[in-house]
Amino acid sequence: MNNKIRELILEMMHYSNSSHIGSCLSIVDILYVLYFKIMNVDSKDVNKINRDKFILSKGHGSAALYATLAEKGFFEKEYLKKYYIDDGVLPGHLDMQAVPGIESSAGSLGHGLSIGLGMALANRMDNNKGHIYVLLGDGECNEGSVWEAIMLASTLTVTNLTAIIDYNKLQSLGRTNEIIDQKNIAKRWEAFGWDVCEVDGHNLDELESVFKAKVNGPKVVIAHTVKGKGISFMENKLEWHYKSPNSQQYSSALEELRGK
Amino acid sequence: MRNTFINVLIEEAKKDDRICLITPDMGYSVVENFQTLFPDRFFNVGIAEQNAVGVAAGLALSGKIVYVYSIVPFVTMRCFEQIRVDVAYMNTNVRLIGIGAGLSYGPAGATHHSIEDIAIMRALPNMTVCCPGDPVEVKEIIKQSVLYNGPMYIRLGKNGEPNIHPENQKIEIGKGIKMTEGDDLMLITTSNMLEQGQLLVKELLNEGKRATLISMPTIKPFDSEIVIESLKNHTVIYTLEEHSKIGGLGSAVAEVIAENGLGIKLKRIGINDEFTHKIGSQNYLRKKLIFDNVEIR
Repeated sequence: MNNKIRELILEMMHYSNSSHIGSCLSIVDILYVLYFKIMNVDSKDVNKINRDKFILSKGHGSAALYATLAEKGFFEKEYLKKYYIDDGVLPGHLDMQAVPGIESSAGSLGHGLSIGLGMALANRMDNNKGHIYVLLGDGECNEGSVWEAIMLASTLTVTNLTAIIDYNKLQSLGRTNEIIDQKNIAKRWEAFGWDVCEVDGHNLDELESVFKAKVNGPKVVIAHTVKGKGISFMENKLEWHYKSPNSQQYSSALEELRGK
Repeated sequence: MRNTFINVLIEEAKKDDRICLITPDMGYSVVENFQTLFPDRFFNVGIAEQNAVGVAAGLALSGKIVYVYSIVPFVTMRCFEQIRVDVAYMNTNVRLIGIGAGLSYGPAGATHHSIEDIAIMRALPNMTVCCPGDPVEVKEIIKQSVLYNGPMYIRLGKNGEPNIHPENQKIEIGKGIKMTEGDDLMLITTSNMLEQGQLLVKELLNEGKRATLISMPTIKPFDSEIVIESLKNHTVIYTLEEHSKIGGLGSAVAEVIAENGLGIKLKRIGINDEFTHKIGSQNYLRKKLIFDNVEIR
């Protein structure tokens, strides 16, 4: 099913001629595990009180979330054709009013962890069992506001908040670690008081077990991912941060995803 | 005004357990009672305004009514993008409480002056902008803010401002208040300039001139009705605010005059388009930056 989500993303990007396919493909396996193996969410009762909540802080990965939500039944897949086009429904960056199932709008980097922390605090106050998951880009961690939230979350020892870093090691102008060195990213979060797990962000079993592991404070899952994962000519290529596939690239990518 | 704010908030928080208070480490001798009474609903998030507003939005998205308290420049501009996206765009029930309207922190220097806040907050869709003129207005606005729908910015003075209105004055978010009526000129004030406005009207009366005085505790939505209705018989209108002349009360009134074809003379009294490097108390800076060369006739 994760490759089905990839297909949907590919179609959306090709149809709308929009960017960020690489950033979307790197988080598909994480989204798949969360929405299909881990999270307590119900597409028939989107606002149910004890639900888990997911925030995609790197809002430019919107197509991946839209595709996952559609696959999970939150809305008709027809809507995916209305991504990033005239008279569309789904903007390039997340709008929580666009379709059911989006817990927070996003599009400017560095906002999601604070919002997720607020939700985690509200759940703790209300004795609500819902868990909050926030997915951040590795480049996004350049934003100072992310670190403001990191510092506070561990101080308040929230145990119902999980941050996930999409550590694909590329951001818009180059290698993440060459722009802001984050080679010791795990140590950085650990130093700020978080429980840190590092996983292969494309290993479904590893992801599932790390999300299920109990911790005593806020948890961060550093998911080593590959930008453009699943489509070989896009994998680990900076250019696919911005490009969209032309017809020939679309066909060959589709073939690869379908295993032909 | 800040004591009125916190006292009213505490009373409301006793009745409504959704009310939370967040401070980015501001409010010494103001917030402590709230913290003592409601420790679970009080968060000092540290000196980190962006996070303060983001956390507030997360709480509000979960059904809380959240007040974020700090000095005006920091609770409006340091985190403006979080206000725009997390609060205004998502239409959350976050109330930004800004202390130190205009030149309240005069000698502290221009970093602490709030002279652009009304303009920038007014430009945000969904945002309601309240600038109460005395503790009576503060009390009513804070009480009404609890059940008000959508985000709010509430601009307060500091402490020790006198009551201008009687305790039973009817005050409603979104409505202006006509305080005196006179045919010679019309004066509209907002925020902490209400007291000055009332003084000016009294001085004018001593000179035999009768003025209509309107207090405008809400700048957005703007009560254009009261302006249009009160303008009958007047030939000149003055606005008075401790804020830049650009984008605040004066601009809002100018928009009403222009868009309704009223063709009346308008004089905006406020701070010119410049940062000040002058040092002094609020009263000293008011004289230098607002009332210097101002003549109301």
